[in-house]
Amino acid sequence: MKAWLIALCAFFALPLAAQDSLPPAPYAYTQLDDPKLEAQAVELMETLRCLKCQSQSIADSDVPMAGDMRHQVRVRIEQGQDPEEIRAWLMERYGDYVSYKPAVSATTWPLFAIPAFLVLLALIVLARRLARKGDDPSEEEALEDAA
Amino acid sequence: MNWKLWIPLALFAFFLGLAGYQLTQPKDEFIPSTMIGKSLPQFDLPPAMDGVEGTSFANFADGKPKLLNIWASWCLPCIAEAPHLESLKEQGAEIIGVAIRDRPEDVAEFLGTHGNPYTRIGMDDVSAIQIEIGSSGVPETFVIDGQGVIRYQHIGDVRANDVATLLAQLEEAQQ
Repeated sequence: MKAWLIALCAFFALPLAAQDSLPPAPYAYTQLDDPKLEAQAVELMETLRCLKCQSQSIADSDVPMAGDMRHQVRVRIEQGQDPEEIRAWLMERYGDYVSYKPAVSATTWPLFAIPAFLVLLALIVLARRLARKGDDPSEEEALEDAA
Repeated sequence: MNWKLWIPLALFAFFLGLAGYQLTQPKDEFIPSTMIGKSLPQFDLPPAMDGVEGTSFANFADGKPKLLNIWASWCLPCIAEAPHLESLKEQGAEIIGVAIRDRPEDVAEFLGTHGNPYTRIGMDDVSAIQIEIGSSGVPETFVIDGQGVIRYQHIGDVRANDVATLLAQLEEAQQ
């Protein structure tokens, strides 16, 4: 009996973190009428980061603020704004954080430079190895013996 | 033994150490606004409940620096900051509130219980102003100078030791 009462209580539990009770913004869960514009909006929303829930895009998140951001994105797309223009508008407000599509900047350049450097390094190592292999027949024999 | 053989292990140890160090650091979840030094947008919000006035850009561009408090009746830390907003008001700060995704009856109940430090309260149903000024949560408090330019952002609830900082920022925005 007691266990049943406890189980029953679980159905009436109040959420620990308070959230608003307003219905979501008009375009939070409503698609745009034009499928082409909606596709543009979704593509952009998937590369915008939710501010309240880390590591989710606003397309993924059910947090009210992510809904409000989707509303902004859809309204602006419908007004004919370019997706990159909307990204820039948000980045002006929240910095690089809000975008999942990093642009080259003073803080992000190593992201782009390090892979290029590693490829270059691998090519140099490879070139040296191949050149040495050609020059030195004794090493080649040694390798063959080992195999 | 060739010392170069140790390079990969040293690199591995370095990254392991770096990851371990980062794990011990407290996670900074604040996303600061990058709108400091920029102007508030043109906006006009309706009153958040009967008996208060809504707010617009013009209220912030009248020459007197003010606090813009982003809050909501459903926000628990907003209860904690209520007495400190009251003390800011008593020390001469003018606070304009923007209630995020709220209902007039809830706003009235909150202010009835915790006091009303605001001269005006606007209602923002879709977080539009919040997004415009780069705020990412409730509560946040912005110092706005007399021309409507954002001068300072306080993220999270205002605590007793933040009151002096906010008053000093208001003073600075006056110049």
